[in-house]
Amino acid sequence: MPESVPVKAFQELLDAVPQVLFEQWIRIGMDTGGIAAGADRLWDVFEKECAVTGVEAVLQRTGTCGYAYLDPLVELKSSGHAPVLYGCVDEPLAVRIVREHLLGGRLIDDFVVAPRRRSKDLGEADNIVLVKDSSCEGEDRTATAQSLLLKALRHHGLQDRVQVVRALDMGIYKEGLVVQLLPSGVTYTNVLNRDLERIVEQSIRDRAIVEDLLFNEPDPQTRIVLRNCGSIDPECLDDALRHGAYAGFARALGQGSPGQTIDCIRESGLRGRGGAGFPTGTKWKLTRDVEADLRYVICNADEGDPGAFMDRSILEGDPHSVLEGLMTAAYAIGAGKGYFYIRAEYPLAVKRVELAIAAARKRGLLGKNILGSGWDFEVEVRLGAGAFVCGEETALIASIEGKRGSPHPRPPYPSVKGLWGKPTCINNVETLASVPWILTNGAKAYESLGSGNSRGTKVFAVTGKVRNPQLVEVPMGTTVSDIIYKVCGGVQDDVPIKGVQTGGPSGGILPEKHLETPITYENLQKLGSIMGSGGMLVMDENDCMVDVSAFYLKFCVDESCGKCAPCRVGGYQMLQLLLKISRGRGSEDDLVQIDRICEAMQSASLCGLGQTAPNPVLSSLRFFRDEYSAYIEGGTSYARKRKKALSEGKSMKEAV
Amino acid sequence: MIATSVKAKINGLPVEVPVGTSILEAARSVQVEIPTLCKHRDLMPTAACGLCIVKVSNSRRLPRACATAIEEGMEVWTHDAELTRVRRTTLELILSNHPNACLTCGRNGDCELQGMAADFGIRQDCIPRYVRELEPDTSTGSIVMDFSKCIKCGRCIEVCQEKQNVWALSFLQRGIQTRMAPAGDISLSESPCIRCGQCSAHCPTGAIVENDETATVWEALRDPDKYCTVQIAPSVRVALGEAFGYPPGTDLTGKIYAVLRRLGFKAVFDTTFAADLTIIEEASEFVQRFVHGKGELPLITSCCPAWVDFMEKRYSDFLPNFSTAKSPQQMLGVMAKTYFAEQEGIDPARIYQVSVMPCTAKKYELERTDEMFASGHQDVDVVLTTRELARMIKQSGIAFKELADQEADSVLGTYSGAGVIFGATGGVMEAALRTAYHRITGKNLEKEAIDILPVRGLEGVRSATLNVAGNEVRVAVAHGLNHVETLLNQVRAARERNEEPPYHFIEVMACPGGCIGGGGQPYGVCDELRKQRIQGLMQSDAAMPLRFSHENPEIQTLYRDFLGEPLGEKAHKLLHTRYAARAAYKR
Amino acid sequence: MYKLRKIRFSYLIWETFCMNASALAPMETMDPELRGMVERCLQEWEGREGNLIMILHEIQNRHGFVPREASLFLAEAMGIPMARIYEVLTFYHYFKLIAPGKHNLTVCNGTACYLKGSGRLLTELERRLSIKDGETTEDRMFHMESVRCIGCCGMAPAMVVDQKTFGKVAVTDVAGMIERIRLQEESDA
Repeated sequence: MPESVPVKAFQELLDAVPQVLFEQWIRIGMDTGGIAAGADRLWDVFEKECAVTGVEAVLQRTGTCGYAYLDPLVELKSSGHAPVLYGCVDEPLAVRIVREHLLGGRLIDDFVVAPRRRSKDLGEADNIVLVKDSSCEGEDRTATAQSLLLKALRHHGLQDRVQVVRALDMGIYKEGLVVQLLPSGVTYTNVLNRDLERIVEQSIRDRAIVEDLLFNEPDPQTRIVLRNCGSIDPECLDDALRHGAYAGFARALGQGSPGQTIDCIRESGLRGRGGAGFPTGTKWKLTRDVEADLRYVICNADEGDPGAFMDRSILEGDPHSVLEGLMTAAYAIGAGKGYFYIRAEYPLAVKRVELAIAAARKRGLLGKNILGSGWDFEVEVRLGAGAFVCGEETALIASIEGKRGSPHPRPPYPSVKGLWGKPTCINNVETLASVPWILTNGAKAYESLGSGNSRGTKVFAVTGKVRNPQLVEVPMGTTVSDIIYKVCGGVQDDVPIKGVQTGGPSGGILPEKHLETPITYENLQKLGSIMGSGGMLVMDENDCMVDVSAFYLKFCVDESCGKCAPCRVGGYQMLQLLLKISRGRGSEDDLVQIDRICEAMQSASLCGLGQTAPNPVLSSLRFFRDEYSAYIEGGTSYARKRKKALSEGKSMKEAV
Repeated sequence: MIATSVKAKINGLPVEVPVGTSILEAARSVQVEIPTLCKHRDLMPTAACGLCIVKVSNSRRLPRACATAIEEGMEVWTHDAELTRVRRTTLELILSNHPNACLTCGRNGDCELQGMAADFGIRQDCIPRYVRELEPDTSTGSIVMDFSKCIKCGRCIEVCQEKQNVWALSFLQRGIQTRMAPAGDISLSESPCIRCGQCSAHCPTGAIVENDETATVWEALRDPDKYCTVQIAPSVRVALGEAFGYPPGTDLTGKIYAVLRRLGFKAVFDTTFAADLTIIEEASEFVQRFVHGKGELPLITSCCPAWVDFMEKRYSDFLPNFSTAKSPQQMLGVMAKTYFAEQEGIDPARIYQVSVMPCTAKKYELERTDEMFASGHQDVDVVLTTRELARMIKQSGIAFKELADQEADSVLGTYSGAGVIFGATGGVMEAALRTAYHRITGKNLEKEAIDILPVRGLEGVRSATLNVAGNEVRVAVAHGLNHVETLLNQVRAARERNEEPPYHFIEVMACPGGCIGGGGQPYGVCDELRKQRIQGLMQSDAAMPLRFSHENPEIQTLYRDFLGEPLGEKAHKLLHTRYAARAAYKR
Repeated sequence: MYKLRKIRFSYLIWETFCMNASALAPMETMDPELRGMVERCLQEWEGREGNLIMILHEIQNRHGFVPREASLFLAEAMGIPMARIYEVLTFYHYFKLIAPGKHNLTVCNGTACYLKGSGRLLTELERRLSIKDGETTEDRMFHMESVRCIGCCGMAPAMVVDQKTFGKVAVTDVAGMIERIRLQEESDA
């Protein structure tokens, strides 16, 4: 098959990208979280120290790789070693990193974050041994193990070739002492002191696996959406192109037809990641099938769920993948114009998307006659202004049109009559960021991940009473408990988990007994929750479900657009009843009224916000009714005690 | 071929309706009424109240019947246990956000929310009441807005923004804090509000009502020192009956005269007389401009005070085009306190002139400029809307329907059919043309040409070209202020190009349908009702022997004995006014 | 009766007032600097569909809030009703209609922060500044408000002080933050 014009044009574009390989580089995670933790100051420190010491290293900014609990993160490649990730870096540590690691070739104890790679094959030259005691009880054995390992290395005369470094985080929890060899990634767990000698002897000296200690469990995570986050410079198109950006789009544009692209996405099983889970390919097809002179695509980046930061991280870490996804969607449905609708509260994401658009336009990836294909497409950024309801499609459209973000009745659906009355396709950030991967790796590869009707991966922002709050990307069908215990290190302070809230203010609470449920759209719905955009809030025994339900409901009441009565008045009145109960002045009759209001809101509200606002309350009533009863029976004195315990972060037992 | 109608089933009953018909409308065609508090027959759906939810065959969701078009083959269920339960809860929620003050409310007994609560048999406040206390806005003197009674149906905003293009009212804030108000923390009188009162005519509750001045009138009637006189506007006679169970459009002129006398008015006049007077002045003005080239063309009518206010705020470049003739209400007022007072030998200071109008803006017109005091006193003392008069009649205990017809008082009571049609859109134009034709040609229109049909109807803008003695007279009529802009833009464009104006004469009425659809008329206005009221006026006109304003004998006497020439010095002093540009926002 | 007279009376005063004031429309008293700024914002977004919200963003970015004169000016210049602008301004909580304080203390009230005690930070701020959530101190020095998730859930509870984000804030840190700003202000003075 002869190469088509766009493919050739793209190849020329790629060829023009300088392929530089830096010997030494420092990548600083500069997303909002990283910057809040001081990443911008680190940049200056690194710059200055490198100049002072004469170290030659390229400074790069990246987004977050997801380990929010370890911000700020710095990844660095020195000439003698594989790349190493440092977490919780402060200014003095930055100085040390330059002087000791880059200049002196010695990794720094207690700040290295182990890669999540778990290999079964030893490499040629493992020269780093990471060690960390992953159990949380008893004495920390990390330091002892380090000295024992050192001793063993010296015994075999390997001390000059191999370093032993105490790690900050291994990504493995409650598996005793963990030892990881780098760069191969062979990992041993539940290592006893007497095993250390064996590891050195067998694995390092003789390059053989110690089978009985080998940690064989793969990391539950699969990174598709976050594939480039933390490793590319989001403000540099060249860097993105080097990592494969726009290749899938160019191929779709050059070799396929819009119909084929839609088919590819349909076959992949990708569903909307904004919450409702509508099949993306079908949505594209519906929009394409409507006769119109003009169609629009919109990237919904109005991430409003409290406690969710997936979309922000993606936009800040890899804006090109979202833009590529949007361009693909536009090409597939035949849209001439696209919009990014981003929260104004995310200035950095806005800036990076704007830079990405400008860079893409400059290289001919946007604008007129894209890659010589004859197809024109333009993108513009529009800002939200602090209204959660604008995540709802019809409200979002109203907002882009410059009006109040009040939802409209559907039908007509946006795919028929959307922005300025034209067919419009609205996709969420994460959905769009998955598209380039599917184009590059094929629908089959994506479809092979997941469970049931939920295919591919999903990014979750795990927060709350979890040890390591972070971004997690797992295949659909992973259980909640795997995410919490295997990826996020379990619960903070080891207080037992009471439940996990998914889906934010539109979702529900999964009680502890359901944590083994594989996460799919259907399973969550069965349990009265929803996938939502991916917020996952872990609550422990000290948290009060009545209080949390009231928090979510208050959110919806504040964010209700006020247009329709069931949501406007219903939400407010239900909140009053909840607050009355939590003051210890409630009665069983109040619960009856709450049930009635929930039904009215679900049935008669105009949009998703009102229809789903009762979910947290209904779900807590379903699984934790005893907590409501405790308030009702215990009266004001119970309520006072409960409030005191909550404000002190203690359990009822401890507080009383 | 594209299908023009859809077949569907509602509660098992087959329906066939035009494509695009809402489920709510379709249900009405099979005698099923789906409850709603926000959808008004006259307006686009706002989908706010949530009461009209129905079940449809192809969806698990419950769409709103008001805003969902019925589709081919759709099966709809409008009433079942679940729907009724949800509606009831929703209604209770709305009630929980509404003050429990029905007995002292302006809409007591005539309130859609109250009616709905009665229909649903709500006997208990299950949900604690939460009402945001906000001071009522009484600043306009025409309408009173009590925000606390608002159920946020959005009708007033729809009508103010879309139908009237006034944009005085808007939704501010959001969620439970949502309220309808002018932009920012200002009162209605500081806003672009023109007091047309369409918001009050469409409000389902007592949140927006006319400023009730019945108490003032009662007090005046009981005051032995006052000589109370009254006038009734043309459009009142065909609408008042609705409050007493008459079919819309029934002309009750005689009964209204009778009841006004019973109420204690010493002289009963008819604004229609003054409409004839207005026509004499306005037609003369037109002839002066059209034939003698003195003054700007097109001449634009100025009988409607809401339109006058709108023009002064929005289109002040048209000030010179405005007819300086006062509205009939003001002409009658000044005549009552000068001519009538002189004739009857009554001290004009004692005369207390009440006027019954279909309009809330008329309350504002009373003190609009100094010219409204041309008699040396305030020419008209107080304005009652049709709704207020109905209330007074009911209070008085008079069996309205049983009254025998009476005649109006001379010297301000005889009128022509031309004056009667003032109440309908296009009526002023038609009446003026009948007289202008006479002024220009010296003859009356032929009998079959008296009805100038092209200016009748309910389309937003209507235009016509008439041949008057070989001259082409181009006229246009607009009603509902959203239709004015296109018309005026045509004139502006011609003006900029230095061309002849596209029209010589333009009639504008602020309210859709003209005065018969005024903001002070009985509730429930929609095009169907407007047509019936207009029909009532047209029939009365057609039945009258006297159909030309200039043939009204009382008018002729008036000019001969008192005013002198039309547009003469005395006429000018008493019957004309001035206009000035105003800022739409005072803050 | 009294009430009715009052209505008429106030109405007359208004009309008298506006007869004098009509020539003095609020827009004409507009600060020329503000006017120039609004004009620049308008130019930047001229001719683009649905640009109202973006223009308001620009104005707020440059001016700190959207003053009424700016809205009146926009309405005139863009040919859109003032009511439309206010509908938008009051719907979106991001827009401010009055000048904010010199220093903004923002507490994230996202779920993660809430669960980790952002409520206590709010109470502490309210106590130290003697104002309520969303208010500005009398000297217009401090403005405090709780906001929706700022996206730093990994560092809950988070606060933003004058554009700078602080993570894992303890109740005991609050006093120091306020004190630092006060000292800075004093040394600047």
